[in-house]
Amino acid sequence: MKQYVIRRLLIGIFVLFGVSVILYSLVRLMPGDYVQNATAGNPKITEEMRENMRRVYGLDTGIVEGYVKWMGKAVTGDFGNSFVYDKPVVDVIRSKMWNSFALSAMAFVIQILLAIPLGIISATKQYSKLDYTLTTFAMLGISMPSFFLAAILQRFFAIGLKWFPLSGMVTAREDFEGFRHILDVSWHYVLPVIVLAVISTGALMRYTRTNMLEVLNADYIRTARAKGLSEHKVIYTHAFRNTLIPVVTLVGGMLPSLFSGSMITETIFAIDGIGNTAYNCLKQGDIPLVMGFNMFLAILTLLGTLISDILYAVVDPRVRYN
Amino acid sequence: MKNVKADPLKFKESELREDTSFEGNAAILSPTRLILKRFFRNKLAIVGLVILGTILLFSIFGPMISPYGEYEMFYTHNGKEVSNTSGYDLTQAGVSLMNKAPMSKAHWLGTDKDGFDIMTRLMYGGRISLMIGIVVVGIELLIGVVLGGISGYFGKKIDMVIMRVVDVVFCIPTMPILMILGSILVTIKAPQQLKIIFLMLSVGLLGWAGVTRLVRGQILTLREQEFMTATEAIGLSTSRKIFKHLIPNVMPQLIVFTTLGVGDVILLESSLSFLGMGVPYPYASWGKIVNLVNDPIIMTDYLNMWVPAGLLILITVLAFNFVGDGLRDAFDPKMKR
Repeated sequence: MKQYVIRRLLIGIFVLFGVSVILYSLVRLMPGDYVQNATAGNPKITEEMRENMRRVYGLDTGIVEGYVKWMGKAVTGDFGNSFVYDKPVVDVIRSKMWNSFALSAMAFVIQILLAIPLGIISATKQYSKLDYTLTTFAMLGISMPSFFLAAILQRFFAIGLKWFPLSGMVTAREDFEGFRHILDVSWHYVLPVIVLAVISTGALMRYTRTNMLEVLNADYIRTARAKGLSEHKVIYTHAFRNTLIPVVTLVGGMLPSLFSGSMITETIFAIDGIGNTAYNCLKQGDIPLVMGFNMFLAILTLLGTLISDILYAVVDPRVRYN
Repeated sequence: MKNVKADPLKFKESELREDTSFEGNAAILSPTRLILKRFFRNKLAIVGLVILGTILLFSIFGPMISPYGEYEMFYTHNGKEVSNTSGYDLTQAGVSLMNKAPMSKAHWLGTDKDGFDIMTRLMYGGRISLMIGIVVVGIELLIGVVLGGISGYFGKKIDMVIMRVVDVVFCIPTMPILMILGSILVTIKAPQQLKIIFLMLSVGLLGWAGVTRLVRGQILTLREQEFMTATEAIGLSTSRKIFKHLIPNVMPQLIVFTTLGVGDVILLESSLSFLGMGVPYPYASWGKIVNLVNDPIIMTDYLNMWVPAGLLILITVLAFNFVGDGLRDAFDPKMKR
């Protein structure tokens, strides 16, 4: 087990290195010259001062040299300073990450509470009207463009019915504190959480259904039925537990992605999370932050696969490493 | 069945025929016929197929029937409607852009804020979305099948190298990178036509990791089977073994991947276009049409501008998912129906 994890981590480091090379070359090709943009409105700044600033920001070097410099610092955990925020990239990501996490975590809980039970029901009543209805809804969720759903919700629940705020995280000009503040933020989170939950529930539900169907076809289920167990016991004790193996694996693998933020939803609802931040910095040519954000996402993806592979072995004793 | 119930005699007759006729029961269906039979028994898959057919007709033949062009802008002059392609002098006094026109007989869904006919733009947007979806999945399949085939067949070091490359590509965050690539294109001022090609290439080059893993996994198990020993015995060449004997066995998975993949790519392209980084102006794209919603006035008062485009994305992707799912079930011999 230990050996397996260590080997996977080593491969992971190698993969991250490959990812960083590609990312750095692409990010450096990014056109938004931050120095040019930031100084455009100020006539007092000379070209010489601009060159100076570029040197300070590390933009005067070629891509290869720049990469080596960046890499040298990155291995020590220093991703440089964000141009836009003028703070270390790591700090920016750390401070914005939790807003995204709160959003994703709420959607995640709703997703699990809906998807797993509905997936099981759908499988036990295969090809019934209920199954078709649930399948249709799951597919609608999978096929829903998040920006369209967000726009519809905003139009009807924020503008039309005025039940929820249009966007933002807190009510402007109201300085709530303590519990009132939490309530206010939650109220602002309702629509974005619905968007994230709707677009993610379908896939997990279908996955649960497929696996449940597979288990229900297994020999040991026939045995359980043959020895006269009640259908309830067959499904909820014998089948359900075995269905959980792949489901837990998948869900575990999703955990890291809760931190990655969601660019579109956060931008539309003006949630001050990591996705929204990255989107704005991308447009302004903030190379260190964009680089740091992309590496952060790559690490989360790697962690996700690692967790789900390890869980697979932990939950199912039949699986052996190597 | 409904007829049968109405006429009890007929019911008996048909039941009788089913029970006794040996040929009817023993009819041997070819695998393809069997799959088609299973597929067409799935109601949702048929719904998907019908929607896809309609969307195809709408976006391929729609533009031919529509009296307007993709970038035809409409103006009004003294209450008369003119367009920029009609040769009418638009510089004279009193000509104003006919934007945000309400739904009418001439413009079924009205015009948008640039004075384009929305219905016509939707048709052209469909063309672009479908084209991008199909081309991108084509690129992914091409790379995925070749690399996955090689990786799975040879194993060992070659497999190791290819799979690490796959890991790297899999970890590259798609959305931010596509946005960066999009903004690079804006500055180098590439021609708009070229931008679409570049968009398709970059989405394809970022998305092949999944197919490669799929093909490799299948081939790893297939190559241990007896028919591969037979090809060895006959002395077939390696490329023939891979592409004539192994890949056709992965066909079911590839077909399912293609259908679901086109839907995914359409969703991705529309998101990019929504963010303003996808299909370039003045080409129409469903995602870009929904983007009009960023104007609060349009969001509140001009539902005819953005809702149809969003619905089109939704039902198109939905149809691809229905068909893909139906195909997967039909190909799966374990599914009893």
